[in-house]
Amino acid sequence: MTFSSELEARFAKLLTSYPPGRQRAATIPMLLYAQDELGSITQELIEEIARRVGVTPLQVDEVVGYYSMLHRKALGKYHVQICTNISCLLRGGMELWEHACHKMGIGHKQATADGQISLEEVECIGACSWAPAVQVNYDFHHEVTPEQLDRLLDGLRKIQ
Amino acid sequence: MLYNQPSPLETKVLTRRFGLPNSASLDTYLSTDGYKAFEKAASMTPEQIIEEVKISNLRGRGGAGFPTGMKWSFVPRKSPLPKYIVVNADESEPGTCKDRLLMENDPHQLIEGVLIAGRAVDSHAGYIYIRGEYRYLIEIMDKAIAEAYAHGYLGKNIRRTGFDFELYTHTGAGAYECGEESALLESLEGKRGIPRIRPPFPAVVGAFQCPTVLNNVETYCAVPPILRDGGAAFAALGVPKAGGTKLTCLTGHVNRPGVYELKLGFPVKTMIEEVGGGILGGKKLKAFIPGGSSCPVLTAAECEGLTMDYDSMAKAKSMLGSGGVVLMNEDTCMVKAALRIMRFYAHESCGWCIPCREGTSWLRKLLQRFHDGMGQRADIALIGDLAKNMLGRTFCPLGDAAALPTISIVEKFYHEFEDHLNGRPCPFEEAGRLAPV
Repeated sequence: MTFSSELEARFAKLLTSYPPGRQRAATIPMLLYAQDELGSITQELIEEIARRVGVTPLQVDEVVGYYSMLHRKALGKYHVQICTNISCLLRGGMELWEHACHKMGIGHKQATADGQISLEEVECIGACSWAPAVQVNYDFHHEVTPEQLDRLLDGLRKIQ
Repeated sequence: MLYNQPSPLETKVLTRRFGLPNSASLDTYLSTDGYKAFEKAASMTPEQIIEEVKISNLRGRGGAGFPTGMKWSFVPRKSPLPKYIVVNADESEPGTCKDRLLMENDPHQLIEGVLIAGRAVDSHAGYIYIRGEYRYLIEIMDKAIAEAYAHGYLGKNIRRTGFDFELYTHTGAGAYECGEESALLESLEGKRGIPRIRPPFPAVVGAFQCPTVLNNVETYCAVPPILRDGGAAFAALGVPKAGGTKLTCLTGHVNRPGVYELKLGFPVKTMIEEVGGGILGGKKLKAFIPGGSSCPVLTAAECEGLTMDYDSMAKAKSMLGSGGVVLMNEDTCMVKAALRIMRFYAHESCGWCIPCREGTSWLRKLLQRFHDGMGQRADIALIGDLAKNMLGRTFCPLGDAAALPTISIVEKFYHEFEDHLNGRPCPFEEAGRLAPV
């Protein structure tokens, strides 16, 4: 498989970040960074990473199944994650989540037909004092009102 | 950046650089006594460093509250194996958002704390395990680490002390369980985050099967101030058996939510009323979670005379935990709160231990049924019994973390479960919906 030069540079650094013979440690970061570039985790990617870190594809596969940020299915270009855990729940996180689903006509881990936006009801993202919190890909949005979420989603729909 | 106004009642030790221009830069750090504690540590013996940390009465800030100096002293001095320093930056206990600010506003303080820990146990490499969602913090930490290498604060022969140290960041990929120390180590090694049986503890067999010091971000960040100003000064800030300050995250129904650095032993009522500006909407407090959603819930009456420290919380049969305070007002449905907490633990249970895997999922279903108005009287006792059966029967504390808040909610808010019986609609369903703020 071929990757961008940035990703190759990152892989190279990761593979030298762990003690000799412990390259398996790079598996999870490699999967996540590759997913950021490719959109999802394919069997081909699993086999490629397994080869590079020196484990079997099954040993990579079982890791993919464990971590909630790793996806085998492509999500939207903008993955909108809304927290409804306890601190966000108390500040309107559940209403925000329901509002987003209703507005976009999609549900948990679903993407719009054009692949532009996907939604996920997520567990605590560490923004509890600035609830309710939303993450779009890796960007945090704090104290989000339904009106702000509308503007955010409308903006994301338009980005080419 | 700062996300909330500081409070005049704070005691700024770990957060003293927050709000300074370019607080994350090496220049700002150096101009405010940065890396002086490391230079001091370099002139001390490992035993003297550990002794100073013991004198400070620093206890682990991730939740368990284990004395840090003692933890460091468990690392075998004569082991021929390399030793590792691992930073738990997997902050994912619901209600907790403090480590984020420590890394964002003062990354060099964390690096210096790690260096001192390395010096104390003769370790020359460290890993900062940062939850995957905190990508921007990985970038901030990587930048600070690069800056430290460029100026000789990391790498070979640091500041001509003869001490070498390599430091790396490592991203997680979404798993609460990886905040548990042994699961974190499995994850760091590239595997599923499943807990290890202990003993052996990580101090003896940790990362890559080598002796390892593993602490929370806030714990390491407390180390430079301790070395700089002396363990006794840090100890004096807190209570007799726990020194220093605690970053406290006020969340939920409070007027001024935010992260505040408060002395250990800070009165709960003052914290809610004066630091947090009281309960949102002028309502009454109903329930209080002192340190993340795995702590037993306390009632408003139990907050009388209570202080924010390990022993005071233990006496009240709860925990100081991670400092994630969740405040719930009188309109909160406690069945709904219990359900949301259990949904989280059922989702995050790694599935390794059966009492946790089955217990959390069974409890989630029972609580969901209850909240949907189809609860039966016998279920109330069943919820409590199931939760009690999980206690102490799992490799890691996730089972307890799910059981403890549930048991406390069933015991203290039994009548709210009764109010949901016989198909009655949730009495809080309308009142509980707060207007967005």
